[in-house]
Amino acid sequence: MLKMDEVQKRLLEEVADLHDVPVGAYNLRANGKSIGRNSTDEIIVDSREDGKGLSIKIKDGTKKQSVHIPVVLSESGMKETVYNDFYVGDDCDVLIVAGCGIDNCGTQDAEHDGIHTFYIGKNSKVRYVEKHYGSGDGMGKRLLNPVTDVHIGEGSSMEMEMVQIKGVDSTERTTTASLAADAHLVVRERLMTHGEQQAISVYDIKLDGDGTSADIVSRGVARDSSYQKLDLKIVGNAVCSGHTECDSIIMDKGRILAVPSLEANSTEAQLIHEAAIGKIAGDQLNKLMTLGLTEAEAEEQIINGFLR
Amino acid sequence: MLELKGVSFSVDDESTKNGEIEILKNINLKIDENKFVVITGPNGGGKSTLATLIAGIKKPSLGKIYFNGEDITELSITERARKGISFAFQQPVRFKGIRVIDLLRIAAGKDISVSAACEYLSEVGLCARDYVEREVNASLSGGELKRIEIATVMARKTKLSVFDEPEAGIDLWSFQNLIRIFENMRNEISNGSIIIISHQERILNIADEIVVVKNGTIFKHGDAKEILPELVGTESAVDACDRLRN
Repeated sequence: MLKMDEVQKRLLEEVADLHDVPVGAYNLRANGKSIGRNSTDEIIVDSREDGKGLSIKIKDGTKKQSVHIPVVLSESGMKETVYNDFYVGDDCDVLIVAGCGIDNCGTQDAEHDGIHTFYIGKNSKVRYVEKHYGSGDGMGKRLLNPVTDVHIGEGSSMEMEMVQIKGVDSTERTTTASLAADAHLVVRERLMTHGEQQAISVYDIKLDGDGTSADIVSRGVARDSSYQKLDLKIVGNAVCSGHTECDSIIMDKGRILAVPSLEANSTEAQLIHEAAIGKIAGDQLNKLMTLGLTEAEAEEQIINGFLR
Repeated sequence: MLELKGVSFSVDDESTKNGEIEILKNINLKIDENKFVVITGPNGGGKSTLATLIAGIKKPSLGKIYFNGEDITELSITERARKGISFAFQQPVRFKGIRVIDLLRIAAGKDISVSAACEYLSEVGLCARDYVEREVNASLSGGELKRIEIATVMARKTKLSVFDEPEAGIDLWSFQNLIRIFENMRNEISNGSIIIISHQERILNIADEIVVVKNGTIFKHGDAKEILPELVGTESAVDACDRLRN
């Protein structure tokens, strides 16, 4: 039976929507140690040979199954880098839920850097959800620097949901992907920063095969004195279509830098980027206020909707 | 129910950077309970400004506004909304991520069920199941947004509802349905009043009272039966086909 304290349970709920031990394959990591693990017939969760993370192997033809690998940190001063490798076979349809919650009540920084590499076979569908959350009122910072490196095989598709809404002081997230013929990638990123937080999010997506597509949408809200940098790049090397969209709401003394970039190395590449930064529109506030909300409540509704 | 006393509204003159332009001049207007009142008049006459002054989106430069006997001149949009004033925008506002049902829940002030939300949408002629989960964003047409805007006002069930040119920006087909919505509202009016800013003869036809606003003043105000005959054929009362010709 797993032993988790209340703080760890709360973090787990925030990052993986889990109230208890998940069904199916999982690995729960708390303060640097695995505190529970389960494999199924189709999904094998193991330690890497070098002991620096997990190796997760999903057999060919695995359908409608999930694997959860959430991480919680509740000790101040805890710093770790974890390497997790995912091998998804052919003809799979799976959900992978990762994510990290840090509660830092102490004075030392707590940091988790998850390096996730995906090798996806042919004709598979993968949905990947990664949520980051920080809490605790100590002086120590909560730092997360995730790296996600994805290799999508022929005819496969991946949908990524990356969410960081609260409490992470500093983050530098890097997502790279390469797509083989007829592979598709959809990314929905949502970022909210407040206080003095900084978030840097870098994407480098390579559309290598014919018939590939990528749709990367990042929505961000920068409040207080926080800073966001969004660097979205798509490289089209074949018959492909790519779209990036940076859509940001800026508030208070927040700062946002959007750097969308496109590189076409084939005349058959069709690439589009969109970027918009602006404050909440006055007529949006007015409309919700005519429905009886205060200005602060209206603002909250607009942001919640925007980051849904 | 609603009374404007000596209300004026001025803005800085952008063209000359010198002095002010008076949009509304010394408006005195009284709207009684259980009335369906249409405000009409030529474009640029100050009708929409009058509506935004009632909702609190703009504040008068001079004068007072009373609602149920209380001076609300200095109250915010929120305070007026909570006292029972609703306002449907001429240009409905779009929101990324906020769904139709979210807006209806905010309007109703409680966590209404999907079936309750569907009832409001059906009343404005939208096939409810197709819409409740939709985002109130640019994917909706002008006519759809307009009807959702009206549904949010209906969901509030307030004493006073103000509609700013509900017919603006919608196609003729949607317009025919819109007229029916207002006819129903007219028939079911009780313990409250409705103010609609409109040029449409068919909306003027169902009014109890008509107010003609021209050059920032109230040119005429009275029983619809008396005023309407004078307006027919002018730009204050156009028929639906004029919308196509123009």
